[in-house]
Order: sequence, then structure tokens, then C-alpha cells
Amino acid sequence: MTIIDRPSTDVAVIGGAPTGVKPSEALGVFKRPAASTSWRDWVVTVDHKKLGIMYGVTAFFFFIVGGVEALLIRLQLISPDGKVLNADQYNQMFTMHATTMVFLFVMPMAAAFANYFVPLQIGARDVAFPRLNAFGFWCFLFGGLFLNSSWFLGGGADGGWFMYAPNSSTLFSPSHGIDFWTLGLQITGIASLTGAINLIVTVLNMRAPGMKMMRMPIFTWMVLVTQFLLLFAIPVITVALFLLTFQRSFDATFFDVASGADPLLWQHLFWIFGHPEVYIMILPSFGIISEVIPVFSKKPLFGYPIVAMSGAAIGFVGWGVWAHHMFASGLGPVSVTVFSMATMAIAVPTGVKIVNWVMTMWGGKLSFTVPMLFAIALVVQFTIGGLSGVTHAVAPSDTQQTDTYYIVAHFHYVLFGGAVFGLFSGFYYWWPKMFRRQLSEGLGKWNFWLMLIGMNLTFGPMHILGLQGQPRRMMVWTEARAGEGLFNFGFWNRVASIGSFVLGIGVLLFLVNVIYTHKSKKVAISPLDPWDARTLEWMTHNPPQEHNFDTIPTVGHLDEFFHRKYETDASTHSVKQVHSAEEVMAELNSHPDEHIHMPSRSYWPILLALSLPVIGYGLIYNRMLMAVGAALVLLTMFGWSMEPSTSPDEDFDPPAPGEGGGHTKELSPLG
Amino acid sequence: MAETAISHGHDVGHGAHSSTGLSNNKLGMWMFLGSECLLFGGLISTYMLYKGRVNAGPQPDQIFDIPFTSVSSFILLMSSLTMVLAVSSAQRKDERNMNLWLVVTALLGATFVGGQVYEFTSFYREGLGFTTSLFGSSFYTLTGFHGVHVSVGIIMLMALVGMNRNKRIPGDRAEVVELIGLYWHFVDIVWIIIFTLVYLIPS
Repeated sequence: MTIIDRPSTDVAVIGGAPTGVKPSEALGVFKRPAASTSWRDWVVTVDHKKLGIMYGVTAFFFFIVGGVEALLIRLQLISPDGKVLNADQYNQMFTMHATTMVFLFVMPMAAAFANYFVPLQIGARDVAFPRLNAFGFWCFLFGGLFLNSSWFLGGGADGGWFMYAPNSSTLFSPSHGIDFWTLGLQITGIASLTGAINLIVTVLNMRAPGMKMMRMPIFTWMVLVTQFLLLFAIPVITVALFLLTFQRSFDATFFDVASGADPLLWQHLFWIFGHPEVYIMILPSFGIISEVIPVFSKKPLFGYPIVAMSGAAIGFVGWGVWAHHMFASGLGPVSVTVFSMATMAIAVPTGVKIVNWVMTMWGGKLSFTVPMLFAIALVVQFTIGGLSGVTHAVAPSDTQQTDTYYIVAHFHYVLFGGAVFGLFSGFYYWWPKMFRRQLSEGLGKWNFWLMLIGMNLTFGPMHILGLQGQPRRMMVWTEARAGEGLFNFGFWNRVASIGSFVLGIGVLLFLVNVIYTHKSKKVAISPLDPWDARTLEWMTHNPPQEHNFDTIPTVGHLDEFFHRKYETDASTHSVKQVHSAEEVMAELNSHPDEHIHMPSRSYWPILLALSLPVIGYGLIYNRMLMAVGAALVLLTMFGWSMEPSTSPDEDFDPPAPGEGGGHTKELSPLG
Repeated sequence: MAETAISHGHDVGHGAHSSTGLSNNKLGMWMFLGSECLLFGGLISTYMLYKGRVNAGPQPDQIFDIPFTSVSSFILLMSSLTMVLAVSSAQRKDERNMNLWLVVTALLGATFVGGQVYEFTSFYREGLGFTTSLFGSSFYTLTGFHGVHVSVGIIMLMALVGMNRNKRIPGDRAEVVELIGLYWHFVDIVWIIIFTLVYLIPS
């Protein structure tokens, strides 16, 4: 081990941190923030791993907020004539539950994994635009807080998560809830858009030598597809949100039916974003389990190119299916037929993936660790949800199911049973990489089984409820109209509500597990390669140092790390381990790179992101405040653009004695 | 945008290695412009849907002044030419001409925005307010978004001139000019589409 990020010696003493770099004073408006280990470092950091953890913690916080909202909904429906919430609160609750889970939990949690692991998996030292990365995180945090501040300022949005117009106009929703909703989602949208640009450029441009596209781990592939979907989907919702904001705040007529407006405009704009959005939520989880299943089956992923390309195919076809959300709106037979067929077609690449995961496990040496259990549960539950999804593609059947609990059952099977289980698989799989300790398998199994049982108890009965005709977003049910026998509403609503609390306890056990793992003396430091993994992110320390790799590896294979550990005997088709993970790493690091200059910390991302909610509050309460916010945005942008992302070379490498001039002052454009 | 200054942590040496051969900044700008296509796509679709829907106030062909808008469109298109000259001067490290052409480009852009302000005022006087009709709302939103894009471009051009004067442009200056040029040309191309669809094709 050598010290790579070479600070000038006096700085290490001043800063007190080993990787400190003395900030040049002449650059930008402020002095650059110096290295530090305190909370301040988290505020000014541009390190993709720290930002990944911050994304994760914040997203989990919103997961709990959204979960409490869900439990309140289920509490309302546990008994006839529920009195927990009134109608207005109930509307806010389901709207904010969905919004929080979609925009503030699943998407940013996927971004957390993408931020942390994509650079490691492709052998890069950071993302392409580190400050933009930090800016994205702060936009997500402040956007989420802004959105949720509506709870304390007159109530949350109440139009349902797809916020159909004209129901979302001020006539029907006079509180400020929807204004907070539109503006909050604009701010988090900026986070998604900058994140998408950043990760696409990172994956396309910053791969280690030899890391061809078809050698990238599947998780990276799926993140790439997801980011392209975000890149093109976010601007569409941006337009829709602007139109709604103009309608509500400036009396524009876009959704004013009296002026001849077409209510389908919002539906089209929303779902052109909204359907790619569902793939944005599920594909990262597909990527995670495509890493987990081969590792715990001790086999390479079956049909790697097919899995990568079917992900890309989902990305393409995902743009041609949006109107299946609108079959009941009277689109006409041609549109319905086309979208119906496209929707059936998109089941094909998804099915291909499921076959590939099953074939990967087939004949493998399976070990049923917690990450593997979550991954297998994803495959099963996503298949169930996928099959009920195909029934929506059949338009005549869909007109019966639409706006019933059957739909609620379907999308919770694919999103909770699929996306969320995939994220939990990722927590357990990558925890030792991120935090040096392996989460307890014992508690993890309780966590898994309670979540599995809770999830199926909650959402399974909703199929029955829906086919019996219980409408989505129904606020109360009465004993008199619940029916009798096996299919009565009352019984299955109770089952679903009890299931939701089992699910809640399951999720809480995850937090218990985290606390136990980090507080208990009994949990040992995890070995370097606890799972016998296959990909590059395991070829460095746990957790990786700021510069990720002491030496950037040269990649010769798919599953590079596996190929460095194992040798295949061609005659017997057997595989035997020839090196331990520690040996592989020691060999890699025998000639560490020198002059590694990491991007420097910056104040600007958080300052720019802080100015955005100011505009938001200004638009709602006081137009002067809006001008202040806009001025702040402009000023911080100027400050940002005058600060080079990397301190000059002499900050890292002071001129050697006798060398005199030192390094050239010209900054390399790229590095 | 303002992120032109960004570069990433160095690897060994100072060569501009990237897997695609394009610099991160340029690839990032292309991605951003790709995203912008969908933004304007959504706005243009909204306008096309609502083009003929006038319950109150003037119809499009009653207020559009095609000769006037043609002239201002021509001015905007000429600014693309001067932008190309600025990029080429920057690549030849001809600082004087670079600054000159950047300022000329910004002035032409400002003339266009000035024309738009004049046009909006006269339309308003003729009875087309933002809330008058679906045509009014969607017209002002679409052309307004474009005008904001041009204005942001002008700010970037002037900032470039100012920062260049103070030697505050980090990284490869010619590339920064080129990136802003990409943005500027994109905004011009969008205007060609808007001018055709909104002004030239009768409703």
C-alpha cells in the first residue's frame, strides 16, 4: 500500500486528514473547502461513494415516511366504516404515499447503488462530473423535503400520483398541496436529469482499459439503460409539470375544459413519462439480482449478451406502450390495438430475463444466503406481477380491471415484490463492500421471511378484492355491502391490513439488523471477498478508498475478478481456484498508480441546490422571494463555473526540492 | 450550461483518455441536448394540439406578422454563423476575433429576444393574453421557453467573454466555446422548427 493521493506534507498536519489537499486560494469565489473528517466533509463532498451512501440514507428515510402513509391507509381499511382518516386526508395519504415511494424512495435508492457501484464496476475513479453528482443529491434531498413540507403548510397533494387534469386544477384542489407537488417534482427531476447525464457519460467514457461494453457487469448495463430512459422521460414530465404550474399559478388554460382543452393531453404527457418510469424503477433491481444470482449459483450468468440486450429492448419498447394506462379513456380501436400489442410484446424481453435467471440457477451450487433469497423472491413475485400485467394488455379485460384493486395488486407485485426486493438483495449483497461488516444472516432471514409473508398477505388478496370490484382509492367499506362467503370484501381487507403490518415489521427488522451489525461486538470484520464475487468492485478494499483502485485494472474478461481467481481446465470443463482474493489484489496493487488527482470538494453544489426551493416557496407565497431565488441560482452558477473541478497540480504534488518551477499551471481538460 | 468547467479526477499522466474519444464535457452536452429535444417535443405537441382552439381573442393568422418574424428569424440564424466564426477563432487561438464574434453572436441573439418582446407586447395589445385562449397559453409557453433558452445562451456568451478577459476559464478554452456553440446551434434549430410549425403553416 502506498499513499496515492499525495498531499503536500504540511497540509496533512494542518487539515488533520490523511488525504488532505491544500486548496488553492485564488480559485473561484470562496476558498475551496479543505479536507476534513467531520460532518462538513459530507456537505462539501464530491466522492461518488459518499454521495451514494447519502442517497441511500435519505431514500430509506423517505421509504419509512411512505411506509407510514401506507400503514395509515391500511389502518383506515382494516374495519368497516374506518374513521382513522377523513376523506381529504385519505386522498392526501394515497397521493403522497405513491409519490414518496416512486420519486423519493425507489428511484433515488437505485441512484444510490448506481452512484456507488457503477464507477467501481467499470474500473473508474469517480463519475464524469463529480460536482454535478453532488448537486443531484442535494436537489433530491431539498426537493423531497420541499414536497413533504406541504404536510405542515396546508396539506399534501391530493390528486393521485398521476394527478389527472382537470381534477388537479385549483377548482377541485384549492390547497397548495399540488403546487408543492409540481415544484417538488421539478426539483427532484433536475436531480434525475443531471444524474442521468452524469452516469451515461461515466459508463460510456470512463471504462477501464479493456472494459468493452460487452464486458460490463449487468448491473452497469441496466443502470445505463435506466439513465437513457430518465434522460428522455424526465423532460416530458417537466413539460407536463410546467403546464400544470402555469395553469394553477398563472391561470393558463391548458386543462380548462370550458376553453376547449383536451383532458387527454395531461394523460398522454404523464404516461409518456410514466411508463418508461416503471422500467426506470425495475431495471436497476434486475441488474442487482443479475449480479447476485450468478455469485450464489457459482455459475456465470446464463446468456449474458441476451440479458444485456433484452434490457435494452425493454428500454426501447418501453416508449411504445404508454397508452395502455388509458384504455378506458376512449382512444379509439386503432390506438387500443396498437398499444395492446406493444404491451404484450414487451413481456417477451422481460420473460427472457426470467428464463436467464432460472437457467443460471439450474445446475448451480446454490447457497441460500439472504441476498440470494431476496433475488429468488424477486424472480417469483415479479413473474406473478408480470402475468397479471399481461392481463391488462388485453384491452377488453383491462376495461374491467382498470381503477380497481386488481391494478393495485399488480403494480405492488412488480414494484414491491420486484423492485424493492431487488434493492434489499443489493443491501445484503453489497453491505460488506460499503461498510466492512456483513449484515447478520440470522436476522436477515427473519427480515426476508417477514417481508415475503407480509408482502404476499398484503397484495395477494388485492387481486381478489379487485376482481370483486373494489375500486382503487376507495376510502371506506361497509359491512352491509361487503358480501359473504370466501370472496367478501371485509375478510380480505382485514387480511391485507394485517399483512401490511407484518411487512412493516419485516422492514423494521432490517433497521434492527443494521444497528445490531454495527453495534454488536460479535460481528467480525468481513473478509475482502465474502461471497466469492465475480466483478471488479470486489477487487479493492472494503470500503474502497477515495480513489477506488490503487491501480486501475486492465480488463480481459467478462467477470474479470472471477477469471483472476479461477482457472478453467478446458479438457475436463472444471474450474479450480488458483488465487485468493487477497492475492489478486496484492498482485494488482504491486505497482500502484502515481499522481492520482481526485476532484476537489466544493461548496457550490449544495448552494445551487438550496436556491431552488427558494424559487419554489416564492412561486407559492411571494413573487419577490422568487426573484431572490432566481438571483441566487444565477450567482451560484457563476461561482461554480469559475471554480475548476480539480485543484491545480501543485496542490497535490508540490515541486520537488531543486525542481524549481514545478508543474505547469494549465489544467488538463479531462484528466 | 454553467458546468462547462467540470473535469474529473486525473489518472496517470494528463492525456485526455476516454473510451469513446469524445471528452466527457462534450458527450455530456450532447446528452443534455438530446434531453432538450424531448422538452421542446412536449411543448410543440401541446401547441400543435391547441393551435386552432380559440374560444376568445384573435386567431393566429390575425396577429402573426410574418415579415417581421422572418427578419428576426434571419437574425437568429445569422448568429449561428457568427458562433461558428467564434469557435473557429477559438480553435486558432485567435483571442481577439473570438471575443469579437462571441459579442456579435450575443448581440444578434439579444436582437432576436428584443424582437420577441416587441412581438409579445403587440400581440397582447391586439387582445391575445396568456390566459385568453388555449392558443394564447400554448403559444406564449412554447415561444417563451425558446426565448428563455436564447437568453440563457446570451448570458453564457457574455460570461464567456467576461471570464476570458479575467483568465477565469478553466480547462480547454476552445472546447468551452465549442460546447456553448453546440447549445446555441441547437436553440437555433429549434427555432426553425417553431417558426415553420407555428408561423408558416396556416391553421
